[in-house]
Amino acid sequence: MDQLLQHLLNGLLLGSTYALLGIGLTLVFGLMNVVNFAHGEFYTLGAYATFAALIGAHVPFFLAIALAIALGAAAGAVTDRVLLRPLRGESIDTTMLLMIGLWIAMQNAELLVWGGVAKSVPTPFPTAPLVLGPVSVAPLRVFVFVVAAALIAGAHLLLSRTRLGRAMRATFQDRETAALMGVRIERVHTITFAFGAGLAAAAGALLGPVFLLYPSMGDLASLKAFSVVILGGLGNFGGAALGGLVLGIAEELGAGYVSSGYRDAVGFAMIVLMLLVRPAGLFARAERVG
Amino acid sequence: MRRAGGIAVLAALASVPLWLGNPYHLHVLIMAGIFSVLALSLNLLLGYAGQLSLGHAAFFGLGAYATALGTVKLGWSPWAGLVLALVVPGLAGWAVGRIALRIRGAYFVLLTVSFAGVISLISVNWMELTNGPLGIPGVPALALPLPGLGEWPLRRKPAFYGVMLAAAALSYLVCARLVRSRVGRALVALRENETLAESVGIDATHYLVLATVVSAAMAGLGGWLYAHYTRFVSPEVFLFGYTVTMVIMVVAGGKGTLAGPVVGAALFTALPEALREATSWQWQMLAYGVILMLVLYFLPRGIVPALSAWAPRRKPSPGVGGAPPARESA
Repeated sequence: MDQLLQHLLNGLLLGSTYALLGIGLTLVFGLMNVVNFAHGEFYTLGAYATFAALIGAHVPFFLAIALAIALGAAAGAVTDRVLLRPLRGESIDTTMLLMIGLWIAMQNAELLVWGGVAKSVPTPFPTAPLVLGPVSVAPLRVFVFVVAAALIAGAHLLLSRTRLGRAMRATFQDRETAALMGVRIERVHTITFAFGAGLAAAAGALLGPVFLLYPSMGDLASLKAFSVVILGGLGNFGGAALGGLVLGIAEELGAGYVSSGYRDAVGFAMIVLMLLVRPAGLFARAERVG
Repeated sequence: MRRAGGIAVLAALASVPLWLGNPYHLHVLIMAGIFSVLALSLNLLLGYAGQLSLGHAAFFGLGAYATALGTVKLGWSPWAGLVLALVVPGLAGWAVGRIALRIRGAYFVLLTVSFAGVISLISVNWMELTNGPLGIPGVPALALPLPGLGEWPLRRKPAFYGVMLAAAALSYLVCARLVRSRVGRALVALRENETLAESVGIDATHYLVLATVVSAAMAGLGGWLYAHYTRFVSPEVFLFGYTVTMVIMVVAGGKGTLAGPVVGAALFTALPEALREATSWQWQMLAYGVILMLVLYFLPRGIVPALSAWAPRRKPSPGVGGAPPARESA
């Protein structure tokens, strides 16, 4: 029983970052209709940026994370301006292939810059676990959970409550009408992509100190993000948040009770199962399929 | 006319080992041929059916593992292994196609990625069957049994080149026959407008499953060639890099054309080899990513359609398979 509780807690903590990854991806897909295969690379970028700020510039830990998120968002904005804008209106396959190209290029650029040796990020948190009755948890992971939850809540508020959020939703429901109403739709595209990339970088900055940094770390992150998005339904914000938690818990249970070698297979298996049974996602409201 | 041209090209290609003495160049040509088979197989799905499979390395790897396990563990001949290498990926393709009957586009991509991910993890973790990350060494070399005369070994590069050429030509012919047939027209109709195609009686599920099975079996043929050429199979055959390479070959060469994948395969096998001495592998992969993006901007339909648009029009080209088969010695 205690073991189960521990797995559930670990799954919840892990799932919060999966949710963060999934939300960034689902926003870019749902709003922009771009399947961002380079999503994991913004995650990697966030992780390495934190590392560089801490080791290279001796910036305080929390500021380093904030800088990494800002850098991720900026890289997203540049990507949209330079790469995606000329292909606006092209088919979804074209932009998908473009993002595959970006993914390969970014990953190998990271490999060239940082080398293949894994790096670890120092943190100011004590390594001794907090013991809470039957379960224990590392203080760093509590911090990660709190920040991830705050970012998810912030993203939700931004989309649903602000003028910018309304402009974003309007643009992607009907470009022409939104433009006629005075929405600067090119800017909205850029902001949306920057937003998705920033969330991925945030996940990388938060999870980097938990795990190790290596240039292909983004592949696994992309996989998790896609699993989450499929679970929640492509383009479904709330679905991605819940899907992240479901995936985190399912992975912990799978690794704990089946075999840790197949931990990463849980995500794949869930994608296949979901596409078989409910391609619109667990939390679909009968929309946006295919 | 077209048939005579095809035979001439094939004869020219077949003569290559007679005058090309350098075994390294022959090796590059053999790899280009194996990748031609793979790119042709991916093109059936991506170019004609309009569905991107990002798990194609799984079919390739299944073919390689099927023949490796059949020959090493069961002691079968490589020719029985060939049957396995076609049937096992074909069945997997059937399963994927059946699942995909309701999903298209991004969902199909994700399904194939996940399928490949599961297969790859199984190859690493199922130690008893696959020997895990250590792989399966000692895959036998090919030999052609001659009745009453023993066996004619096909182990050396010039002989294997012949096997590769036969397999590549066969794949090309299968693709050519398929896309010019009722099946090919049905696939293109489904790609262009599925609702309309179904309204005139084209069974989407039937044709998409058929395309996936043929494509998967053809990728398995590539795996069979690879396994008996390198004579070693490890989980590396499932590397996502193989899938990416195939996608780049098809997109750059020209998806939805017959010659495109072959041109793409020749170019993107020769290019990294030419760059190998100048740069490291990471730079090559970086260049791959950049080239893929550049192709999308400047040659969105690929090299072959761009060339045939340039070339003087002698007759109105039907758009499909108008260009001659490519020379592999690019």
